[in-house]
Amino acid sequence: MTITDHAFVRADGRKGIRNTLVVAYLVECAHHVAREIAWPFRERGVHLIGFGGCFPNDYAARMMRALCTHPNVGGALLVSLGCESFDRGGLRETIRASGRPLETLVIQQVGGTRKTIEAGRRAVEQMLAKLEAVPRAPMRVEEFITGTICGGSDATSGITANPGIGRAFDLLVAQNARCIFEETGELIGCEEIMAARAATPELAGILRASVEKAARYYTVLGHGSFAPGNAEGGLTTQEEKSMGAYSKSGTAPISGLIKPGDVPPRGGLYLLDVVPDGEVRFGFPNINDNAEIAELIACGSHLILFSTGRGSVVGSAISPVIKVCANPETYRRMGDDMDVDAGRILEGRGTLDEVGREILELSFAVARGEATKSESLGHQEFVLTYKSFEPIGPACLPATVAA
Amino acid sequence: MFAVPVGQLEPTLQQATLMNDPRLLLLDPADNVFVAIKTIEAGEILDPAGTRITIEKSITLGHKVAARPLRRGEKILKYRAPIGSATRDIAAGEHVHLHNMQSDYLPTYTLDAGQTYASRHDHH
Repeated sequence: MTITDHAFVRADGRKGIRNTLVVAYLVECAHHVAREIAWPFRERGVHLIGFGGCFPNDYAARMMRALCTHPNVGGALLVSLGCESFDRGGLRETIRASGRPLETLVIQQVGGTRKTIEAGRRAVEQMLAKLEAVPRAPMRVEEFITGTICGGSDATSGITANPGIGRAFDLLVAQNARCIFEETGELIGCEEIMAARAATPELAGILRASVEKAARYYTVLGHGSFAPGNAEGGLTTQEEKSMGAYSKSGTAPISGLIKPGDVPPRGGLYLLDVVPDGEVRFGFPNINDNAEIAELIACGSHLILFSTGRGSVVGSAISPVIKVCANPETYRRMGDDMDVDAGRILEGRGTLDEVGREILELSFAVARGEATKSESLGHQEFVLTYKSFEPIGPACLPATVAA
Repeated sequence: MFAVPVGQLEPTLQQATLMNDPRLLLLDPADNVFVAIKTIEAGEILDPAGTRITIEKSITLGHKVAARPLRRGEKILKYRAPIGSATRDIAAGEHVHLHNMQSDYLPTYTLDAGQTYASRHDHH
């Protein structure tokens, strides 16, 4: 099935639903200059991303390479101070090899703040003209990648928005689209339930191990309460509590486990392991929701389905965010920020199946160019911090995928 | 507009009658518990599976109600997943919570006195 006739075709054959130009700072010292370059173009598809650290980090370098060559990205302007450790050369090489327009400005070479901002804005104008010439072509649902996350959850999240997104995921996977869910720290207690859905026994073991790793990591940090669920809210067991978050994944078999920067190879449902490997370093796995959204996008997500009960307002750079509001009172209070009123189920104004279909159809409309609420409001949040990962092994992506 | 396989998402005939109760939500057709989406006050009557049950204590948003009679030891299914087991026979329409079900999840994660990670196995 074709979801849009006008996807943006990149030189590597991947297709995007947006034609974003990213302005990327390679160290915090270049952040202000990059922001000043991008700001006048913020309503013309120019997004600001970057990495603040001065010390090198393989994960951050890989994330930046994946994001600058994301299918929704048409070109990149890199802004470097000049003395940071970021692997600028490797990033330039990757972007150039992808066939995208690329410009690099090194502030220390260009001659400081003012000159770099002026040169950057001229470069953006020229690159935006090039982006208009990007070829368009139909995009099939099999090429479509969707990620999901929840943030600002409350007691309604697990009974309306999360299972509603799960329904949409089931419909997408049934059409051979690629779907990604994450946050192993919230899956503690349902690892056996999840492992039972794995495509192979080896993958089942890998899924279990990823949750054990998350439990260990959060315990060392001294955060993340894994005590039995809040009984007053009706949750009786730990596995039930975790199922509320896990229900975003729907009921399809799990085809693989990926890590930030890995793109799902074929249709199916994938778990994104966001918890670093090895000893606990660099603090919390994800300092906020947008750090997870950036990782879902680095795995190729064209679109993010964001479940919220209390009412998050965030969007993201690069890929549109659809906000699925779990709580009808929140929806009435913050409707300008919400795309889907999933909480209406609680008031007898709809069923989970209807909400799931609405999320699916809105996803396709956004793929055809319809702006989400957070896009219309100018949200372009982006966060990238230090992490470390081991590469995934072949057992993480078994070739046999249950139909 | 789109060809979507919806059949598997519809509730079974047996459960369809219960779906008409606007106070109860069935998260998945395979589930054997409903979730209350409105407060059900003490004294109100639930009528699942033709078994009229008078609610003894109020049931609030998010709490579970048996969709059919459950035997002791039977898995409690919510989101099409086993979230624990019945610790005694449960009548259709009865509140399902700590008093009549328990976790099947074995590992419990704790912080020991030295603030290091520990995993132990025990039943509650």
